[in-house]
Amino acid sequence: MQTTEKRQLQILATKARLGAVIGTFNAKSGHPGGSLSAADIMTYLYFKEMNVDPANPSDADRDRFVLSKGHCCPSLYAVLALKGFFEWEELYKLRHVGAMLQGHPDMKGTPGIDMSTGSLGQGVSAACGMALAGKFDKKDYRVYAILGDGECEEGQVWEAAMFAAHNKLDNLVVIVDQNGLQIDGPVCEVCGIEPLDKKFESFGFNVVKIDGHNFDEIEAAFENAKSVKGKPTAILAKTVKGKGVSFMEDKVDWHGKGPNKAEFEMASEELNAEIARLEGEC
Amino acid sequence: MADVVTKATRESFGEALCELAKENDRIVVLDADLAGATKTSIFQKAYPDRFFDCGIAEGNMMSIAAGLSTCGKIPVAASFAMFATGRAYEQIRNSIGYPNLNVKIAGSHAGISTGEDGATHQCLEDVALMRTIPGMTVLCPADHYEMLAATKAAIEHVGPVYIRLGRLAIDSFNDPATYKFELGKGITMHEGNEITVIATGLVVNEARKAVETLEKEGHSVRLINIHTIKPIDRDIVIKAANETGRIITIEEHNVIGGLGDAVCDVVTSECPVPVRKVGVYDRFGYSGPAWELLEKFGLTETGIAEVIREELAKK
Repeated sequence: MQTTEKRQLQILATKARLGAVIGTFNAKSGHPGGSLSAADIMTYLYFKEMNVDPANPSDADRDRFVLSKGHCCPSLYAVLALKGFFEWEELYKLRHVGAMLQGHPDMKGTPGIDMSTGSLGQGVSAACGMALAGKFDKKDYRVYAILGDGECEEGQVWEAAMFAAHNKLDNLVVIVDQNGLQIDGPVCEVCGIEPLDKKFESFGFNVVKIDGHNFDEIEAAFENAKSVKGKPTAILAKTVKGKGVSFMEDKVDWHGKGPNKAEFEMASEELNAEIARLEGEC
Repeated sequence: MADVVTKATRESFGEALCELAKENDRIVVLDADLAGATKTSIFQKAYPDRFFDCGIAEGNMMSIAAGLSTCGKIPVAASFAMFATGRAYEQIRNSIGYPNLNVKIAGSHAGISTGEDGATHQCLEDVALMRTIPGMTVLCPADHYEMLAATKAAIEHVGPVYIRLGRLAIDSFNDPATYKFELGKGITMHEGNEITVIATGLVVNEARKAVETLEKEGHSVRLINIHTIKPIDRDIVIKAANETGRIITIEEHNVIGGLGDAVCDVVTSECPVPVRKVGVYDRFGYSGPAWELLEKFGLTETGIAEVIREELAKK
């Protein structure tokens, strides 16, 4: 990937992180940790990978995205706002009464949201349904779903995995945001999911392991997924929970709470400085 | 009157789907390894490329149906009522109900008439569960002809629908030449002014026979068939309460949360009259031949006639 393009993506991802922090601060709740860990992948999807048009969010031929770990919507909302699906100002009203942006994605109320999610394990199945419809209709669109690593404890994830492989859904890419932490602690301590690569492989997936914050690796993984026929792809992305806000990084405590005013100011300062630094490099 | 057709409503449902699929290529059918039993196998045989077996994974099936519907399909997801609405309740609520997706859920082997398989398979809670989901239409057809019409209406309706199917072959009583199905509208099958019997599903025909018996005994009993439990026909219930002053509801379902409660919701707020809820009284079923079980649970002609006599005596 060209350096300039990479910088642009990094700037957008940092802005998405800032949006997630703005949202969860103003909501006094929400899930910043996982929002920040998945921000680079979501940015790549909407600004590089996916064929979507904010002016026509229900285009039948568009690529689809399902945030199966629906609680990490603050950064998805920020990415959608950056892409032009709705105004950035909506982020300030996240989780407020009467607001468009719900605590978990609502496809009926928010342009650009392809599936309502929030109950873990269900989004990936819905993504299978979308991919199946694409195959059935002989359409070229692709379907992307981001799962949490803790979410992989849900049995439905594996029901969906079996279905996807059985039906040769090579138009489906599942990305696991492996930040290693869930509400009750480290995933490996709560109820270990490893070896995740072998699990997906044995379920019939093409598996790619990457650093989920490295745009070169992210790009290579999605390109690899497109080249593999006859089976779905699972991208296992090693990430850092809270990535980009130093005091949130790798802290389970930041799974599900909004920053207070002082924390918000610290986080904003850090992210704005990073945006300025990246812009200086362009 | 047309000839009586003896057929399980699951079979009528399978036939209806095939017929509708001829004209509507958006219909696709999903099952969870019970196609032979739910009779979606009839569709599978006719349209193998539009049928998807999800294996024994009902929750996954419901969410897949949700995904298919976002892409313009009209997915019909079938399993036993117990697993469709019980096992997969939360998937239906969050992935289909909340986004109000155009998915049709078919629950076969509903009620104690499932028979020998016993309590684990005799679903007595499906109507209650599905009624609690905002925007869900709940259908419980009573015979072959009603099931054909209800399936058509379910497909034509835009939004989630639950349709209850029975395992047991039952006699038809509707005349296809005159029968008219209207979603959300009850059908007055017999006029009467002393008391009203409101029934749904398989027991409607039993209630019909019981009402005929009472008529011969000199009583005037109104009989209403409610095929759409949600949204319920409020007008027909209010009218019956006002004109007959006493109601008996009959269903092959737990008396908690089913037709009886739907009727009571209307009656208590609009026109308070005594309502006797006949059904399964907050207990599980058990194994046995279907008709023997229906008899034991008081859901056949004889049991229903007895209840009507008891309620008439209270007037």
